[in-house]
Amino acid sequence: MMEGLDDGPDFLSEEDRGLKAINVNLQSDAALQVDISDALSERDKVKFTVHTKSSLPNFKQNEFSVVRQHEEFIWLHDSFVENEDYAGYIIPPAPPRPDFDASREKLQKLGEGEGSMTKEEFTKMKQELEAEYLAIFKKTVAMHEVFLCRVAAHPILRRDLNFHVFLEYNQDLSVRGKNKKEKLEDFFKNMVKSADGVIVSGVKDVDDFFEHERTFLLEYHNRVKDASAKSDRMTRSHKSAADDYNRIGSSLYALGTQDSTDICKFFLKVSELFDKTRKIEARVSADEDLKLSDLLKYYLRESQAAKDLLYRRSRSLVDYENANKALDKARAKNKDVLQAETSQQLCCQKFEKISESAKQELIDFKTRRVAAFRKNLVELAELELKHAKGNLQLLQNCLAVLNGDT
Amino acid sequence: MAAEREPPPLGDGKPTDFEDLEDGEDLFTSTVSTLESSPSSPEPASLPAEDISANSNGPKPTEVVLDDDREDLFAEATEEVSLDSPEREPILSSEPSPAVTPVTPTTLIAPRIESKSMSAPVIFDRSREEVQENIEEEANGDIFDIEIGVSDPEKVGDGMNAYMAYRVTTKTSLSMFSKSEFSVKRRFSDFLGLHSKLASKYLHVGYIVPPAPEKSIVGMTKVKVGKEDSSSTEFVEKRRAALERYLQRTVKHPTLLQDPDLRQFLESSELPRAVNTQALSGAGILRMVNKAADAVNKMTIKMNESDAWFEEKQQQFENLDQQLRKLHVSVEALVCHRKELSANTAAFAKSAAMLGNSEDHTALSRALSQLAEVEEKIDQLHQEQAFADFYMFSELLSDYIRLIAAVKGVFDHRMKCWQKWEDAQITLLKKREAEAKMMVANKPDKIQQAKNEIREWEAKVQQGERDFEQISKTIRKEVGRFEKERVKDFKTVIIKYLESLVQTQQQLIKYWEAFLPEAKAIA
Repeated sequence: MMEGLDDGPDFLSEEDRGLKAINVNLQSDAALQVDISDALSERDKVKFTVHTKSSLPNFKQNEFSVVRQHEEFIWLHDSFVENEDYAGYIIPPAPPRPDFDASREKLQKLGEGEGSMTKEEFTKMKQELEAEYLAIFKKTVAMHEVFLCRVAAHPILRRDLNFHVFLEYNQDLSVRGKNKKEKLEDFFKNMVKSADGVIVSGVKDVDDFFEHERTFLLEYHNRVKDASAKSDRMTRSHKSAADDYNRIGSSLYALGTQDSTDICKFFLKVSELFDKTRKIEARVSADEDLKLSDLLKYYLRESQAAKDLLYRRSRSLVDYENANKALDKARAKNKDVLQAETSQQLCCQKFEKISESAKQELIDFKTRRVAAFRKNLVELAELELKHAKGNLQLLQNCLAVLNGDT
Repeated sequence: MAAEREPPPLGDGKPTDFEDLEDGEDLFTSTVSTLESSPSSPEPASLPAEDISANSNGPKPTEVVLDDDREDLFAEATEEVSLDSPEREPILSSEPSPAVTPVTPTTLIAPRIESKSMSAPVIFDRSREEVQENIEEEANGDIFDIEIGVSDPEKVGDGMNAYMAYRVTTKTSLSMFSKSEFSVKRRFSDFLGLHSKLASKYLHVGYIVPPAPEKSIVGMTKVKVGKEDSSSTEFVEKRRAALERYLQRTVKHPTLLQDPDLRQFLESSELPRAVNTQALSGAGILRMVNKAADAVNKMTIKMNESDAWFEEKQQQFENLDQQLRKLHVSVEALVCHRKELSANTAAFAKSAAMLGNSEDHTALSRALSQLAEVEEKIDQLHQEQAFADFYMFSELLSDYIRLIAAVKGVFDHRMKCWQKWEDAQITLLKKREAEAKMMVANKPDKIQQAKNEIREWEAKVQQGERDFEQISKTIRKEVGRFEKERVKDFKTVIIKYLESLVQTQQQLIKYWEAFLPEAKAIA
């Protein structure tokens, strides 16, 4: 078990298996299976290889791959959001932008400071930073993959045309990132939306189910945000402490090699211990990050998507009520009645459609959430136990040797 | 009984006057071979303790026993046996084995001095030293018994004149103390006063006097002003622990233990206030000026190092100093991060509890609350670990950084001593030249004066040489003792520290094992 902890590949494979289904309970469906089989990091871009296996007749082949970049994922997500037909569904949250800046900066600083530290220290730190970079890379791959899998698993969204184009069209989609003007437009749109949201939420809902969901989601979203931030900070402190072990190990090693008394063996052994224990502590921190922080972050985004759904429903309800009022007015004035009737019917249909699917979506959301939390909490506890036991054994072995020597 | 056999004459006949020590020392200059390889006499005393190390936690075998102070008790195989030794022999031979009482360490922090009766000095056959060490030690184990505790800090007075008084408790079976258990109240400046007295007596002849804890104006001001927050309680605790370690190190030193000032400090209920320790007093300023002057002098003294041992050792200590400082910085960072981790874990625990509250799935809600509880317990664990990190590891390192500064100081004193000797030789030369001139000029009265001066300076040169050799010898012994101490100290403390890490992991396992079924129970 101990050796496994030291192996780079072992660490990777653990993540590989875990990441895909961390936060989402997905059924593999023979009809449509999507995954990201490969990814390449190029200076400031990440290229994902999206691999699809499908028995659906819509596709020309049964298995194919394309290369996509982050902006294209966002384009796909936005196209869902803007599509009126999907107003009644929780749109799977878009994956966050790959952010290697911090890691890259650290690697650069390390390169600059190469002269000031010993060769061992430099190699150690380089390995550390490379592992960090790799971890971030794997995470971003996983998050993009989860997005696609969610879409593929959704009975309605999976049939979306844009989605098929995304999966199949093997040339560049020519989706450029939003330029400044568009970003500004988006910003204003969001402001309007949140203002509207406030107005709309004032409308009391007839339906108990939705009323309950609304209050629940609001509170839940805020608390998940808080928990996610705190969990992040906790994991980072853990990592800093682990890094300190690294430096302590190096110092002890230096002491051990330079000391003339018989304590040098002692120091060397303790230095070795710190090195090994540090690997475990780093892994604890990484696992906490994965199982706890990432989970919370994901549900932060999902709960936001659920809130968005409720907003759309309330919006349509308000529209419906307004249409009703307009109809009454038209009937009273006996003017444009047909027009008012049609518009009212449309609003009514829209509202009912949304309400129906929203209910199911929210129920599904709860099921998914509970399952994801359960899976992750269980895995978290198991991993913490595994690492604590590993740590304990290391320490006890070391103590046995040290006590035997003295 | 150890106490009975404690030779009172030791105290009487050997006051800790420096001159007497020196004389006693001289009797054995021939027998004291260059003991570079085997460290000073205390070593053998420590060996049986190391054998017994299994049965007590981190025994602190005292090397203090066998000290040059008691050189008169050594039944040397040489003719220069001290007059006293025949008296001692019957006492010495009856001690079959060291009665080692394992002292239970009361705190993780304080290294405890293992009790050994001080009475039976070691019949130390120096000439067959290496071979006989173990055997002789077992046969004549000197047992040293004194335990010091510093506790119960309490604030006395108000406002800026307030100070913290600490209770210093001594438990001992040494008969040089009037009682076997007693305690006194001391304040911080008393400790500093003690150190300055000991330093002025012993440092310049080569003894490594343990340095006192550092002053802290900021820390003390907070306490004086009466801020009852955690940082001032931490400060007081840090100081208390440091004072305890300081006293323990001091009494472990066999020469210093004999000092009447130390005894007075431990015993007498009233102590004259040591005002010279204030930073801004006249004495304080004088100290600062002297320090500066010393630093300049050090740069100008070019010593002809005839003994490679000293050069080597100085270099070693320089390296050690650097390494320890580096390690200390890393450990301090660890303490800081661990405290941060504890705080962040606590914050997360609260947040998770809130999340659990708002979660409407009952089983998940319960699991989240459980998670919050686990994290809260873990935060406590981290805090305790941070304390251990600090009080065991970090403070050990900072103590040794200061001790090494004291060691370096002792080496510097040796240089000064050499300088003095050199100067005396130069002056003697000048006086001889002057005499020769007088001889030529034929001025009888001046000649007589010149001859007197020559005699005077010849004596000074001799004295200078003796002093220099004395200090060199003392330093060698002290360094040997110090190295032994250091090795033991580090080993003990680091093992204790690792044990604290073990405990933390065991607790972690307990907590997570309790949580796991809760998580699995989410339906």
